[in-house]
Amino acid sequence: MYNLTGVTKRYTRGKETVEALRGIDLTIAEGDQLVIQGPTGGGKSTLLQMIGGLDRPTEGSVELDGVDLARISEAKLTRLRAEKIGIIFQSFNLIPTLTAQENVETALVPLGVKPAERRERAAEALRSVGLGERLTHAPAELSGGQQQRVAIARALVKKPKVLLADEPTGNLDEGMRDEIMEVLEGLWHEYGLTFIMVTHDSSIARRAPRLATIKAGQLTLTEQAVARSW
Amino acid sequence: MFGIYLKRELGRRKKAALVIALGLALGIALVITVNSVSAGMTQAQDKVLQSLYGLGTDMTVTKARTAPTANSSGGPRFEFDAKGEDDDDTQQSSDRVSTQGGQALKAALVTQVADQKGVAAAVGALTLNVTKVDGSFTQGKAQSSSGTSGNGGQGGPGGSSGGSTAAPQVQGGGASFDVNSYSVAGVDVTNQDLGPLASSKISSGVTFTSAQANAKVAVVSKSYAKENSYKVGSTLTISSTKYKIIGIATPDSSDSTTDVYLPLKQAQTLADAADQVTTIYVKATDSKQIDTVKATITKNISGTTVTTSADLAETVSGSLSTASNLATSVGKWLSIAVLVAAFLVAALLTSSAVSRRVREFGTLKALGWPSRRVTRQVVGESMVNGLLGGALGIGLGLAAAYTVTAISPKLTAELGNTGGGGGGGMGGGPGGGGPGQQSASNTMEIALSAPVSVTTIALAVGLAVAGGLIAGAMGGWRASRMRPADALRSVS
Repeated sequence: MYNLTGVTKRYTRGKETVEALRGIDLTIAEGDQLVIQGPTGGGKSTLLQMIGGLDRPTEGSVELDGVDLARISEAKLTRLRAEKIGIIFQSFNLIPTLTAQENVETALVPLGVKPAERRERAAEALRSVGLGERLTHAPAELSGGQQQRVAIARALVKKPKVLLADEPTGNLDEGMRDEIMEVLEGLWHEYGLTFIMVTHDSSIARRAPRLATIKAGQLTLTEQAVARSW
Repeated sequence: MFGIYLKRELGRRKKAALVIALGLALGIALVITVNSVSAGMTQAQDKVLQSLYGLGTDMTVTKARTAPTANSSGGPRFEFDAKGEDDDDTQQSSDRVSTQGGQALKAALVTQVADQKGVAAAVGALTLNVTKVDGSFTQGKAQSSSGTSGNGGQGGPGGSSGGSTAAPQVQGGGASFDVNSYSVAGVDVTNQDLGPLASSKISSGVTFTSAQANAKVAVVSKSYAKENSYKVGSTLTISSTKYKIIGIATPDSSDSTTDVYLPLKQAQTLADAADQVTTIYVKATDSKQIDTVKATITKNISGTTVTTSADLAETVSGSLSTASNLATSVGKWLSIAVLVAAFLVAALLTSSAVSRRVREFGTLKALGWPSRRVTRQVVGESMVNGLLGGALGIGLGLAAAYTVTAISPKLTAELGNTGGGGGGGMGGGPGGGGPGQQSASNTMEIALSAPVSVTTIALAVGLAVAGGLIAGAMGGWRASRMRPADALRSVS
């Protein structure tokens, strides 16, 4: 599914050039579950941006189903994100003025789904994460765990092939963390997604079948034998 | 989603939206006010010129002024006759009729002017000033030192006649006179669409017919009729000639100075000015060619002064002129400055709001929203702000214009002499008789109104849309430049 070859990313800040990724090579098969771990500033979020088509590498290629995300036009990349990639953010990134249902609908807007169908699919997605009673609630009226569930519903409502999660439990307490991880695992199994997650949490990282550790822009891949992911 | 998102976002940022809308509203209200006041000024100026000129008149032709000769008399002369030596109380009345400005043109020039290239119509008129002296003498009683009485000299203040040292002293006696002046215009009854009567409407009775070219009939102005209790059918006497009043004319402008209208021939007879006119009213075939027509007449007909409405407008001074200049210069620049400031504030606030929504827009882009959709959302919000500002601005502007109209501040317009010899065109009021008085300016008081035209409203709506677009373009540009990665970066 994913084939990253020699991915390098450099940022220029004034006269200084920072190399966030240094020639990363990585292959991720369809349905894989990969956890990326590493110290702050090590390049894990940058790698997630490359995989999610949110940014382009300075050098190298990021192929998704044979399409190089580094080379395609901005319009095609945007379309590809809209169709194939679901993203979950650490801070949930919900639109504060929209209800839970409307927030989920935003993922269907670029796909041109009709409003009535959009509403129905968004409600169904929220029910699947246990928020069927919270459709008309604004994010501020929901707990952190509920907000992240809304974000998960938003990522999955379009039935993506890839689910990217950037520290999805980073802003949650331990109890809520386990609850969210159970939801994610259940959906991974249910939808057969390719699931790539960035985390600081070693307890989560230890239970991942594949662990990518990234330090100073360089990646080390570890295959782990685990009875269950979470 | 566009509408829901827009509504919710505007609801969330009510204060910012209100600041942007109020800024734009202020600028737009100022533009409406300045525009409407300017329109009011123009109307006031037109009113001034119209009252002097008459509707439809593009220019007037009068005799070029000449310096008074040494032996010309400066003022009116009145002659009264003693009616009987035994009368103790002698009623006397005399009308002094003079052509306005004392200088007239030959009536034949009217045809000559009409024949000039670019002239659609030319009509002659004779403007007269009538000074009526009406009163009585009371004879004094002369008493000699020996006690015999005799007739004193004809009275008058200090009416003691000269005489020898033994002359009798006059006791009693005197005179009481009212002096009234009014203006009379001799009208060409065959063409009343042009000339002195053109700026009036007959509110009672009828106007002249072409058959009344030399009839003893008169039309009087409404104010003059009221002042003298004249009605249709009343008789008006000027220099012992009786005229039957057939109509009451209400001038379009309250500043019209003509009191009595007579058929031209009658006016000429009264003033002993046969075949003479004081003013030729000219209508050009093309209003854009007035300057050319003026040049043609000036060149081809010597001894005349051609005065156009533009010439008259240049002579308007006083508070009307000052206010007009203020409205067109200071007002214009002030409204431009406020508008530019409002646009800038709106653009900066919108841009700043976009900056605060980096994560929000980054998230939408990460979800696959194209830049144009994000930009459209920002521009949409700005447009609503702009339209809200426009609606508020129109409301404020209309209120300001209404207030100006309700207060109706009085402006004075002083119309200086163009040096063209006065006459009907310059329309001096009663008492403007002698040549020396022609240089005096006419002062008129005009109530200022502030009419708001559809064009002004359209301009306001246009400015509101422009304000929204400018602010939206700036915000939208920023939003379009945001990268989806910003959604992650802002929290990392």
